[in-house]
Amino acid sequence: MSSELNSRQSDSRQSDSRHSDEVAPLRKAESEVAPVTDKGAASLFNQAKGFWVTFRTMFKKVNTVEYPEVKEPTAPRFHGRHQLNRHPDGLEKCIGCELCAWACPADAIYVEGESNTEAARYSPGERYGKVYQINYLRCIFCGLCIEACPTRALTMTNEYELADNDRGKLIFEKEDLLAPLRAGMLPPPHPMYPDADHHTYYRGEVPGASPLQENVSEKNR
Amino acid sequence: MNEFQMTTTDLIGMDPGWLIAVKALLVFAICVVLTLFSIWAERRVVARMQMRLGPNRVGKFGLLQSLADGVKLAFKEDLIPKAADKIVFVIAPLISVSVCFLAFAVIPMSGPVMMFGRETAMQLTDFPVAVLYILAATSIGVYGIVLAGWSSGSTYPLLGGLRSSAQVISYEVAMGLSLVAVFIYSGSMSTSEIVASQDRFWYAVVLFPSFIIYVISMVGETNRAPFDLAEAEGELVGGFHTEYSSLKFALFFLAEYVNILAVSALATTLFLGGYRALPGLGFTESWLGGWFTMVWFFAKVLLFFFLFIWLRGTLPRLRYDQFMKFGWKVLIPASIAWIMIVATLRVLSAEGAPQIVIGGFTAAMVLLVLAGTSIYERSKARAEAKAHEVPDMPEPTFPLPVMPTGRTSAAGIVSARSGEGSERNE
Repeated sequence: MSSELNSRQSDSRQSDSRHSDEVAPLRKAESEVAPVTDKGAASLFNQAKGFWVTFRTMFKKVNTVEYPEVKEPTAPRFHGRHQLNRHPDGLEKCIGCELCAWACPADAIYVEGESNTEAARYSPGERYGKVYQINYLRCIFCGLCIEACPTRALTMTNEYELADNDRGKLIFEKEDLLAPLRAGMLPPPHPMYPDADHHTYYRGEVPGASPLQENVSEKNR
Repeated sequence: MNEFQMTTTDLIGMDPGWLIAVKALLVFAICVVLTLFSIWAERRVVARMQMRLGPNRVGKFGLLQSLADGVKLAFKEDLIPKAADKIVFVIAPLISVSVCFLAFAVIPMSGPVMMFGRETAMQLTDFPVAVLYILAATSIGVYGIVLAGWSSGSTYPLLGGLRSSAQVISYEVAMGLSLVAVFIYSGSMSTSEIVASQDRFWYAVVLFPSFIIYVISMVGETNRAPFDLAEAEGELVGGFHTEYSSLKFALFFLAEYVNILAVSALATTLFLGGYRALPGLGFTESWLGGWFTMVWFFAKVLLFFFLFIWLRGTLPRLRYDQFMKFGWKVLIPASIAWIMIVATLRVLSAEGAPQIVIGGFTAAMVLLVLAGTSIYERSKARAEAKAHEVPDMPEPTFPLPVMPTGRTSAAGIVSARSGEGSERNE
């Protein structure tokens, strides 16, 4: 260790052996950089170059995106409006744990959980989110709620056109946030997939709604 | 040629009252419409220089934007601050806006044309000291600015008003001096005669230094970028019109742009041959019964207006002291020296001096200018070199603190470990 240190010392001392010697070359280098070389005609030419830049820019393609008419796609991971996702058979992923609400630094999320019953099952496990509100007047789109969600129920879409003319309309309810029903999905409440439990759902082993679930779903409606 | 210029002045002189009224209305309308257009054009062009689009919503290409802005301004609340001197506060924008139109009265916008069955020219009036009249009219505009700043009863407008009046007054000197060479050459101060005397060469070519000085000082005179110190937002908010709102503000805005157009029109008249066609395109002057000359005139005016926009898009604002130094120590002396040279040449040729004397004088002047600039450059370079010289400092006797690795200490580049080691060794 100490020998390594010593060798480094000797290396650096070779390049600048004594204080008085090491000062001189540095000063010379400084004075080489310092003098302003452009003068007279050269500086006048530089002035003209600036004018040429602005003139040339006039004929360049403009950067403006004419927004309401032209919409550029966002970055793929843009933080937009939230979405409450579903399992492939249509049951909600949200379990009403409120971890998103607790993670929220802006206190924009309000969740009320409720127990699933055999008559009305909304999510695979024990509980589901009965009330789910996000206040977009408060939300700062930081995405901490998404990180907090244990079931990947809450994610963000790329939708950014959230302006409105009424403060009340900017508190989004559960039905505003729920993902749309895709092919093979049934609107809850309906029972779980036959012989499945919430572990199966969590592992993504449920392929889609089965006819057995369909009958119950029809009845509920 | 002499015949032609006599007829121009005579034509205007023989106008009946109703024709004068019509022409006055026309000039006013042209000024206002051109202002609306130029505000739009400026915003669009500057936007292009910054890779933006600019206003494009109201009307085709956003052409009605300034009209919409004007209507909006008119409907805004008209505030008068409590501390303001109310009468002066109201009068100031009126002075500014009414005076700036005056200059256009003597600007010849076209050659001889037929108007309602009478032969005349698109020029309201002309008299032997027309250019002096323009200078006088634009000077009165300063009253509007200084009174607006003073009567607002607030600090920023006062400072802004002082700045811009000082600016306008200083640059007016250089502007007036740059015109003297034109007067010497054309032998007249009447605008139509100056235009007529440029039938062979434009004064922008013959009197190039005068032209440059005029162009610089006209930017200073109109408080435009890079000389818009009176409206330096970071220092003075809005300058003299900080406290103005609604129509009164609109009047100042209008005055600013009409002033720009007025100095551009004057530059066109005095240096670019006014309504005359480009050399070699003289046949176009008779098109449309002579009305085509107005196209030439406005093309040249808009060329100057583009220059204003270009300057604004390119150059940063000057510092106030630099600006004043430039006006008083560079523009005015250069202008005076140039006038002396022009006057001497003029007298020499008028007195019938031999060619060799005139040539010798010109050569001597060129040499003098070259020598002067080279001496100036050399002294500047020397001063710069001196400024960059590193003073020879004695080696510090006290122990230097140990610097972190790779940093520069006062004694040069010393790495922390080597510094430690050397100290230990000593």
